[in-house]
Amino acid sequence: MNVEHLIPFLASTAGAATPLILAALGELVTERSGVLNLGVEGMMLVGAVCGFIATLASGSASFGLLVAALAAMAASMIFAFLVLTLQTNQVATGLALTLFGVGLSAFVGRDFAGQTVPPLEHLHFPVLSDLPFLGPLLFRFDALVYASVLAVPLVGYILTKTRLGLVIRAIGEAPASAHAIGYPVIALRYAMVLFGGALAGIAGAYLSLGLTPMWVEGMTAGRGWIALALVVFATWKPRGVLLGAYLFGGVTVLQFHGQGFGLAIPSQFLSMLPYLATIVVLVLICRDPRTILLNKPMSLGQNFKADS
Amino acid sequence: MNAPAPPGGTPPRLQLTGISKIYPSVVANDKVNLTVQAGEIHAVLGENGAGKSTLMKIIYGVTHPDAGEVFWEGRPVHIESPRAARKLGIGMVFQHFSLFETLTVAENISLAMDEKAAPAALAPRIKQVSEDYGLPVDPMRLVHSMSVGERQRVEIVRCLLQQPKLLIMDEPTSVLTPQAVLKLFESLRRLAAEGCSILYISHKLDEIQALCDQATVLRAGRLSGTARPKQETPRSLAELMIGKELPVCHLEPRPTAEVRLALRKLNLNSDDPFGTALKDLDLEVRSGEIVGIAGISGNGQQELLKALSGEARLADPAALQIMGQDAGGLDPAARRERGLCFVPEERLGRGAVPDLSLADNALLTGYVPQYGTGMVRRGLVQRAAVTDFARKVIERFNVKCGGAGAAAGSLSGGNLQKFIVGRETLLAPKLMVVAQPTWGVDIGASMLIRQAIIDLRDAGVAVLVLSEELEELFMMSDRIAVLADGRLSQAVPIASTSVNQIGIWMSGTFAASADGGAHHAQA
Repeated sequence: MNVEHLIPFLASTAGAATPLILAALGELVTERSGVLNLGVEGMMLVGAVCGFIATLASGSASFGLLVAALAAMAASMIFAFLVLTLQTNQVATGLALTLFGVGLSAFVGRDFAGQTVPPLEHLHFPVLSDLPFLGPLLFRFDALVYASVLAVPLVGYILTKTRLGLVIRAIGEAPASAHAIGYPVIALRYAMVLFGGALAGIAGAYLSLGLTPMWVEGMTAGRGWIALALVVFATWKPRGVLLGAYLFGGVTVLQFHGQGFGLAIPSQFLSMLPYLATIVVLVLICRDPRTILLNKPMSLGQNFKADS
Repeated sequence: MNAPAPPGGTPPRLQLTGISKIYPSVVANDKVNLTVQAGEIHAVLGENGAGKSTLMKIIYGVTHPDAGEVFWEGRPVHIESPRAARKLGIGMVFQHFSLFETLTVAENISLAMDEKAAPAALAPRIKQVSEDYGLPVDPMRLVHSMSVGERQRVEIVRCLLQQPKLLIMDEPTSVLTPQAVLKLFESLRRLAAEGCSILYISHKLDEIQALCDQATVLRAGRLSGTARPKQETPRSLAELMIGKELPVCHLEPRPTAEVRLALRKLNLNSDDPFGTALKDLDLEVRSGEIVGIAGISGNGQQELLKALSGEARLADPAALQIMGQDAGGLDPAARRERGLCFVPEERLGRGAVPDLSLADNALLTGYVPQYGTGMVRRGLVQRAAVTDFARKVIERFNVKCGGAGAAAGSLSGGNLQKFIVGRETLLAPKLMVVAQPTWGVDIGASMLIRQAIIDLRDAGVAVLVLSEELEELFMMSDRIAVLADGRLSQAVPIASTSVNQIGIWMSGTFAASADGGAHHAQA
């Protein structure tokens, strides 16, 4: 193993981790409010294709990201309406949303396959970016890489230190009690599902605008599922998402950098690793049920209907 | 204060006139009137289903009346929501707490306050108020680690922080030890002396007599009378409440025989992380006696019930003996084959399957061949025998239902309990374990159930009863023990103890059971 391979490996780890952080943070907030949205993969694909088309048409990546967020929010709105208003089963509806997103994105994007856009602009900090070693390692990424990392403490702060976060945790734990005190459980859950949708959309667009600036059908390649696993891996704590995303991101890119390090492990095994790691972590945290009880939203996946 | 002053000075704090609330299947309140003066402790007395809770929900804005008027300090008001109620100065402590387990006390209280105060800023105020009223709580503690009594304190402190003019308390003492009840009463009296009115909902007559200035009695949704509790007798209050004389049950002394259930250094770890482990439990229950186990839920009651029913197997088979044989390692069916019958605490889910008919629910425990019911022959279900058995239970125990084919979930709690107790009783057990026999059951049905259990004992069955209601245990037990914090006290004859002593034991202060001995002389 040598440094000339290490820097590109670490740098591309950040790229791989960014969409995972964004999608997982969004899902984490959604789940903290008690809603399990298994449609992350679908929402990411909708975001990826819409963001790509918008960028291609307008030439502006920022506009593309905005469109991606709005499109995925629209997709999550369908989910929210079904689950929160019509009281459908959250697991089935979430799976349906993923299937819907896969099909819809393939349909919308069929004329755009293979086209490319300029990749997201990488920031250049004076002096810092030109530092040897540290420059390419820390100071030459696009804005979303930094934004995603900063979003972690921000979400953590909101969840633990603000009244909004307190209310979100409360409705995730005991919606009936929260309703009894007078909090608008359903409205807040709508908001949290939409927030999760927006972040999933941006995460998807990061794939089609940043990582590989083109549209390919099904290009999320299971990242939505990894993001879902990450939320559990992190035991619903934002800082765990950061750690897990870089870990899983690293493992994902190891598939491509493995040869440079002289690793003879077949890439299929490496692509299994995030899921294996999640299972191992699940087993480990289940040994201490207190962690789960204190962090897992107790009403997760259960519908709530306010009686008159 | 632009309200027209009524003749006689200040208007009552709260006045309800002609309140009606009709649900699709039941009239919960029918033209109910209620008047509460400032600084008055006012009891709302009634059996389960009498409409007390609905009336309180109307006052607190959770539901809205179909007819009638609400006056607050003389002005007519429409209380749209709990928030509106709190704005008027109404606070409510719920029977089933509405606390969030994974949050701290301060966070919980912050959530329920209408002023947007940060938990950290509230902490000193919480401490102050809780100490002022003798209701100590630590604002930084997580709720899940607190006992039920402590949680109730949190709820009360939460209301007090808003300086209420009317505090509604729904069955507040159902989870407290007798000593804690006295402390609560002190706090409430102090609050009332400061001018806060208190609406105190209960069906416990002695408490209402001790605490309340005035009582409004409801029966089947209607006002059945008002009274000054201190000038009434428990009997006259009960008659107002149930419309007839209070039935009693009889426990005649009788000799006991062989030991049918024995716990010998029974230990069990709880599989619930917030549960209580059982530590070295020793107990003997003999043929022809009822042993009561007092204690507040959460002190190992669930674990003990699991250990007794066989839901949890014991590592040491000899730690539990049924009919003189080791049974700690047996599953529930094998224990039933030895003659154990069991009435669990949860009626739906453990005692009965909600979606199955009463007949099928009878089959679920009655199939055991040793009971000799003939419900199953050569592996085939005998429908006629099953239905007959269910009908017999329904008839003998006066279960109000749509017949043996009615789904268990369609019965009211009290009627389902009558069915479950009846089913187990008619299986002719040698050993009977009953948990919370009359929880949520009205007085008439309670007496029927207690008498049925006493009849079993008179027929020579060994009976173990777990209950939170001390009054009930003193009414029907030969001996009584206390389960507190996973430890079991000695089982002492009822005549040699008092509610007071058992209350002290319930708070966990007793010498560990060196039992076995205390009752041998009786045999």
